Amino acid sequence: MSSFVDLVFILVVVIDLFLLASSRLGASIRNVAIQGALLASLPLLLAGEGHHLGHAVLLAGGALAIKGFLIPWLMFRAIREASIRREMEPIVGFVPSMVLGGVGVALAFAFSSRLPLPDPGTHAFLVPTALSTVWAGLLLVVTRKKAVSQVLGFLVLENGVYVFGLLLSDVMPVMVEAGVLLDLFAAVFVMGIVMFHINREFSSLDTEKLSALKD
Amino acid sequence: MLFVIAVPLALAAVALLVPSNRRRPLVLLAGALLHAAGVAALFASPPPARPGAWLAFDPLAKVTLLTTTALFVAAAIYAQGYLARRDDRDNRVFVGGLLFLLATMTTVALSHHLGMSWVAIEATTLGSAPLIYFNHNARSLEAAWKYLLICSLGIALALLGTFFLALSGAAPGGPRSLLLEDLIRAGPMLSRPWVRAAFVFLLVGYGTKMGLAPLHSWKPDAYGEAPGLLGALLAGGLTNFAFLSIVRVFQVTRAAGDEAFARDALVGLGLLSIALAAVFVVGQRDFKRMLAYSSVEHMGILALGVGLGGAAAGGAFFHSMNNGLTKGVLFLSAGNIHRAFGSKTTDDVRGAARRLPISGPLFLAGFLAVTGSPPFSPFFSEFAILNGAFGEGRFLVGGLFLALLAVIFVGMATTVLAVVQGDPGNAPRVPNSGDSWLTAAPPFALMLLVLLLGLFLPKSLAELFGAAAQLVGGRWE
Repeated sequence: MSSFVDLVFILVVVIDLFLLASSRLGASIRNVAIQGALLASLPLLLAGEGHHLGHAVLLAGGALAIKGFLIPWLMFRAIREASIRREMEPIVGFVPSMVLGGVGVALAFAFSSRLPLPDPGTHAFLVPTALSTVWAGLLLVVTRKKAVSQVLGFLVLENGVYVFGLLLSDVMPVMVEAGVLLDLFAAVFVMGIVMFHINREFSSLDTEKLSALKD
Repeated sequence: MLFVIAVPLALAAVALLVPSNRRRPLVLLAGALLHAAGVAALFASPPPARPGAWLAFDPLAKVTLLTTTALFVAAAIYAQGYLARRDDRDNRVFVGGLLFLLATMTTVALSHHLGMSWVAIEATTLGSAPLIYFNHNARSLEAAWKYLLICSLGIALALLGTFFLALSGAAPGGPRSLLLEDLIRAGPMLSRPWVRAAFVFLLVGYGTKMGLAPLHSWKPDAYGEAPGLLGALLAGGLTNFAFLSIVRVFQVTRAAGDEAFARDALVGLGLLSIALAAVFVVGQRDFKRMLAYSSVEHMGILALGVGLGGAAAGGAFFHSMNNGLTKGVLFLSAGNIHRAFGSKTTDDVRGAARRLPISGPLFLAGFLAVTGSPPFSPFFSEFAILNGAFGEGRFLVGGLFLALLAVIFVGMATTVLAVVQGDPGNAPRVPNSGDSWLTAAPPFALMLLVLLLGLFLPKSLAELFGAAAQLVGGRWE
C-alpha cells in the first residue's frame, strides 16, 4: 500500500516536469487530467484509522469529477474552438523551465524535511510534492503566453495547494473543501468564457496581443 | 445575519431571470435597499456573539458594511440612470453580477471562519471579472483577463496561507480549527514558523486583491476599463473587504506573538504602495487610471495605519470609510465625464465643469477630499494616521508619508484641473449624456456625506473605530 502511495506522489512530480517541457497543449491537458485523477485517489489512500471515511470519499469523488473530468473537458473544448495545438515561443524556453522546475523539486525535497510538522506520521513525500507542484504551476503561469497554458498552470498550482490541504483533512470542514472545489471549477469556467471572447476578438489565444493597456 | 447574504443572492438569481432589459435595474435597487435595511436592523439589535458560530457581527464587519451599504445604495440609484442610457447593452450579467458581488462581500465581512472567508473572497473575484467586460471591447477584455488571472493566482497563494494557518494549530492540543476566535484564543500555542509563513502568503494573496504595490498591476487596467459604477464598488467596496481579511489574519499573528514582524511588513508594503502611486500619478493623462493609482495609494495608507498601530490604527479604520465614500464620488463623476466626452484622457477632455455643471465640480471636490484637504473627512483620518506615526516615534515614516502625499496632491491636481477647467469648445461630444438627476445626485449625496463626516463625527462612529482599532492593539484619539 505504502509503495503505491509513493508511486502516486512520484507520478505527480513527473507530470509537473513533463508539463514544463511540453509544447503540445492536447498532451498537457491530458496530463493535467491524469494528475487530477491521481490526486483524487490520495484522500482514500491516506485515510488511516481515526479519519472520517465518508469525508475522504466525498473529497475524492468531488476532486475526481472536477479535476479529472469536468475541467479537462472544458479545456479540450476551448482548444478545439480556437483550433490551437501548440504553445509557441514561451517567455522562458521549455528546457530552461524544466531545469528550473527540477531545481524546485530538489529544493522542496531538501527543505521540507526541516519543516516542523505537527503529525510525525505524515507521508514523507507529501509536503515536497505539494511545494514542487505549486512551484511548477507558478512557473507555467508566468512563462507561457497562450491563455490555455496559463489556465493549465493555474490548475497545477491549485493541485499543489490541494496536496498540501490533505495534511488538514480533519481540520477543514467538508463545506469549506466543497467550496474550494466549486470555486476552482467556477474560476476555470469563467476563464473559459473569457478565453472564448479573446479568441473571437483577436482570432488568437495569444496573451501577447493583450498589451494595449500599460503606463 | 443570513438575511443580508441571502437576499442579494436570491435577487441575483431573479435578475438573471427577468426578461426585460429596462426593468432589470429595478431588481438592483431593491437588492440595495433590502440589504441596507438588513444592515440597519443588525445595528439596531446586534446579534449576540455565539461561540463556535461561523458568522459574527464584530466592529470590523460594522465599519466595512456601513461603508459598503451606503456606497451600494448610491451605486444602485446611479445604475438606474446609467443603464437606461446604455440600453444597447444586455445588462443581465451586469445586474446579476453586482448583486452576487454584494452577497459575497457581505459574507467576507461576517465570516469568522477563515476557510469560508477564502471561498467568499474567491467568489468576489469570479463575480466581478465578467462585469469588467461590460463594454465588450478589446480593451475591457484585456483588463478582465488580467484581473481574473492575477487575482486568481493571488487567491491560490492565499489558500496555501490559510492551510499554513490551519497547520499551525493542528498539533495535538492545538485548536485544530480555522475559526478566528479559536485561533486567537490558542495564541502562543500556535506554531510560530507556520504562522509567519501563513501571514506572508495571506498578505501576498489578499494584498493582490486589495491592490497593494507591487501586487497592484491589474488595478489600473481593471478600473480604467470598467464602467465608473463598477469602479466605485471595486475601489470603494471590495478592496475594503480584502483589507478586512488581512486585518483578521493580523489579529491571529498578533495573538501568536509575531506582531513586530507583521507590523514591519504592513508598514513596508504600505509605504511602497504610496510611493509607487506617487510615481505613476504624476503625468497620468488617463483620469480613470489616475483614480486607480489613487486607490493603490489609499490601500497603502490603510496598511500603513494598521502597521503603525496606536492612534494610527483608529485612523486607518476611519480612513477605510472615508476612502470608500470618496472613491464613490470620484468614480461615479468620472464615469459621467467619460460618458459625456466619449474619452478618458486629458488629450480630449477639458472644460468638464462647463459641460457637466454638477459632475465636473464634484470631480474636483472629490479630488480635494481624497488628497486630504480640509474640511473633508479624509483629511482627519490621514491626520490621525500621521499623528499616530509621530506618537509612536516613527518620525522617518511619518515624514516620508507626508512628503509622498504632497507629491500625489500635485500630480493629481495637474490631471484633474486639466479635465475640469477650460472651455470644452470643440472637444468630442456624445449626445444625450449630460447630468441627470439619477446620475448626478448619488455622487453628490456621497460627497455631502464625506463633508459631514469631516465637520461632525458622531460619537457612536468614533467608538466603533475605537473598538475596531482595539482588535489590532490600537486606539482612537
